[in-house]
Amino acid sequence: MGIVTPGFQGRRRTTQPALPPGQYLVEDFPVLSAGPTPRVDLDHWEFVIATETGAEHRWTWPQLMALPSEDPTVDIHCVTRWSKLGTTWRGVSLDTLLADVETTADYALVRSYGGYTTNLPLADLRDGQAWIAYRFDGADLAPEHGGPARMIVPHLYFWKSAKWVRGMRLLREDEPGFWETAGYHDYGDPWREQRYQGD
Amino acid sequence: MARAAVPGGLSPRLAWRVGRLVEIRDETPTARTLVLEVAGWPGHLAGQHVDVRLTAQDGYQASRSYSLAAPQDGERVEMTVQRVPDGEVSPYLVQTYRIGDPVEVRGPVGGWFVWRPTDTAPVLLVAGGSGIVPLMAMVRARRAACSRVPFRLICSARAPDDLFYADELRRRVRDDAGLDVAYVWTRQAPPQWPGPPRRISVADVNTHGWPSDLAPVCYVCGPTGFVEAVADILVALGHDPRRIRTERFGPTGG
Ligand SMILES: Cc1cc2nc3c(=O)[nH]c(=O)nc-3n(C[C@H](O)[C@H](O)[C@H](O)COP(=O)(O)OP(=O)(O)OC[C@H]3O[C@@H](n4cnc5c(N)ncnc54)[C@H](O)[C@@H]3O)c2cc1C
Repeated sequence: MGIVTPGFQGRRRTTQPALPPGQYLVEDFPVLSAGPTPRVDLDHWEFVIATETGAEHRWTWPQLMALPSEDPTVDIHCVTRWSKLGTTWRGVSLDTLLADVETTADYALVRSYGGYTTNLPLADLRDGQAWIAYRFDGADLAPEHGGPARMIVPHLYFWKSAKWVRGMRLLREDEPGFWETAGYHDYGDPWREQRYQGD
Repeated sequence: MARAAVPGGLSPRLAWRVGRLVEIRDETPTARTLVLEVAGWPGHLAGQHVDVRLTAQDGYQASRSYSLAAPQDGERVEMTVQRVPDGEVSPYLVQTYRIGDPVEVRGPVGGWFVWRPTDTAPVLLVAGGSGIVPLMAMVRARRAACSRVPFRLICSARAPDDLFYADELRRRVRDDAGLDVAYVWTRQAPPQWPGPPRRISVADVNTHGWPSDLAPVCYVCGPTGFVEAVADILVALGHDPRRIRTERFGPTGG
């Protein structure tokens, strides 16, 4: 228990088994990003996976649309403490995109239009845990939420779910991304409250 | 986006430290500045924030983020809190929290939305409501460092009574060469103000900002809708998106 602050009562909230520690529920969908919203033209959109040996796998927008899609309904948790339960997306599983990618890399550095980056263990993008999502709640993904396409990795804090995703590099060694370099946790598990480095 | 090592970045562990309230300044009828003494405070840059954690008698805890309102000054940490009507933490901090009472803080956090006194590019600051807090830290850091970097600040507030730091802003514009401040009133303009209250527009940013070919760094802070609108205006005016830094805080941190 921390130092008691006299007179502070707090608003007791009914505990929600679906809520990780320190999070509260929102009904709206807050927007958080480090800069202006990029507008990405679908004619020029591409998603590129570059392996540790330099091999590149590319998908244009029509090619992405032609891949089998899934409709995951997932809970999302932002490090700024809001969580949103039961959000519904449509997208392509990373398992589908990684199926023909030959790699022994352990890490991925995901990058976005606009220059944002974030790192994850590659294992966290496999086995039905991650998607390139292009629809939210039955509509095309709005630019402020990362449209035309964003990563969805719901089991980690939401800054790992890069908006305006453009590709990823597969790496033998972990390389911190944008927020990770600025003091946020390297992995970001909401259930272990891994907000900042060392948590 | 460039990567840079900053205080708070790559530090071993962000420890919770005990802060004590040593000074209170009322900014508006619903906002106040809290000055804490935090033993062992590691220092910070203008634009960074802290997490504040409150613990009730029975162990219940709540934490929220607050921007640092002033540049580094020993172990003093300053923030300005706006009361959110049905909020859990801000009404306590604005109304109940007393001189001498402890609170836990950890930080500084954030390494992108910062201004360093060694930076030389012209700066545009655009504030919506309480979004002025980290931008005021930059204005104060510029003053403290005797920096000559040209600064322009555009403040959007509901009404003159809702503007934080009003007197100090007037003084700074008088005393700090190279600092300009412009205002936009969204609900109630002061007497003699030309035109009715309205939201910030392309014309405001164009008139009171910098031309994009001067390659200023733009810092925009406020509620989400405000930040989205201003960042879009800046891009439309030709500013390089990589030089536009945003911080969004509404009641839910979004
Ligand atoms: C980086 C950053 C910097 C910030 N800097 C500042 C600053 O300098 N000054 C400042 O005043 N603020 C700042 N904020 C905002 C601040 O962190 C708080 O969000 C704000 O003070 C409101 O907190 P609160 O506990 O009073 O309100 P909350 O209790 O969080 O409530 C806010 C709103 O959300 C709703 N809500 C919250 N939790 C629940 C729930 N469980 N169920 C239903 N509804 C809920 C409430 O109904 C209310 O409308 C900053 C935020 C960030 C992310």
